[in-house]
Amino acid sequence: MAKHWWKALAVLLLLYTIIAGFLVKIPVIENNEQSTRNLFFHVPMWISMYTLFTISVVNSLLFLNKYDLRKDILASSAANVGILFGLMGFVTGSLWATYTWGGTITNDPKQISTAVALMIYLAYQVLRMSINDLDKRARVSAIYNIFAFAMLIPLTYIIPRMVDSLHPGSATSPGFKSKDTDGTLMMVFYPAFTGWTLLGVWIYTLRVRYKRLELKNIFK
Amino acid sequence: MSGLHQTLTLIKKDVLLELRQQYAFYGILLYIISTVFVINMMMGQPEEQIWNALFWVVQLFVSVNAIAKSFMQESRGRLLYFYSLVHPRNFIAAKLLYNILLMSVMSIITLVSCMVFLGNPVTKFWYFIGVVMLGGISLSLLFTMLAAIAAQANQNAALMAIMGFPIIMPLLMLLASVARTAFVTVYQPGLSNMFILLGGMDVLIVGLAMILFPFLWKD
Repeated sequence: MAKHWWKALAVLLLLYTIIAGFLVKIPVIENNEQSTRNLFFHVPMWISMYTLFTISVVNSLLFLNKYDLRKDILASSAANVGILFGLMGFVTGSLWATYTWGGTITNDPKQISTAVALMIYLAYQVLRMSINDLDKRARVSAIYNIFAFAMLIPLTYIIPRMVDSLHPGSATSPGFKSKDTDGTLMMVFYPAFTGWTLLGVWIYTLRVRYKRLELKNIFK
Repeated sequence: MSGLHQTLTLIKKDVLLELRQQYAFYGILLYIISTVFVINMMMGQPEEQIWNALFWVVQLFVSVNAIAKSFMQESRGRLLYFYSLVHPRNFIAAKLLYNILLMSVMSIITLVSCMVFLGNPVTKFWYFIGVVMLGGISLSLLFTMLAAIAAQANQNAALMAIMGFPIIMPLLMLLASVARTAFVTVYQPGLSNMFILLGGMDVLIVGLAMILFPFLWKD
């Protein structure tokens, strides 16, 4: 039981996020009105996605070190769940954009680059599907994964900060933190991203167990 | 043989192959000219922004086609032969350098044919040449590594496009915005940063290729 405390913590934190996230009194930041509450759902998705992609790339590196197929399962599962959280982040962001920017899919650099980042990881899955040999698949996809991660950083972290974007926290528009005078946003935000990240890791461990069962003949 | 010598020999071998069986070179040449000609037939002489966009799209497809074959022309047996002779790092270095050479030539050809068929809206010519060369080098480096990966996945050319297009997009976005200055005088505050980022990405790709290719080759 002692091993599962963090799952209970994830549930509690997410319950708090959902209840407090919709009820807490938030500062009105320019024309964002109540859509600021998206901060508790949209941003944690990306933090969770980055966590999972980092887990994935670390396991790919470990795989290339020892050629242990178990590490490949860890890497591919983490990438899979990371894509799920990336998609949710994209959807929540687009929903927010619909009411604040006036368009669901805009040509904002932040939105474009995240869509591209997701495509890079979808390509990773396609690459995995295209190779039938288990060892070869693990080796080739680990190499692509390291490559993809190296491209992900400039794509989602550096370029959107260099060009003008309407997204809060970019070169020309300030983030929400400076307007959060009462600290209510951050009071919910920190538990929110911890909760969502824990949820992501939880789903990831479940997927790893499922994949291991699928390949149990190989691992004995 | 020293590493440098091995690399140079491999480049020489690739150049020699190219010179002897010229179908590949003329194939790509025809590819460039017909693509640009199709654009010309469809829209005549486009404005500078569209010209810029079309130029980079043509560059993208040319580099995919030119570089995809750099690993596909090698048969399995011949790859095994190279594997027993040279260190994989020298092999990938040779491929990278050869593809840079090839893409530089192709970039110039693309540029000339675009200027002939689509008009010439470029005002800062030498600046644009520099950006085109930088772009050609970046594209060739990235696609060489992707071609190496695709070669492992059953020599699948479609796979290279699937893997490559999303990954190449940050590079193309940077290149297109860097190139904009060559057409009209616009104020771009982060221009030098973009060049640094492009150079940084190239260094990163070369570094990753050098580190990762030996793993890829261990079959």
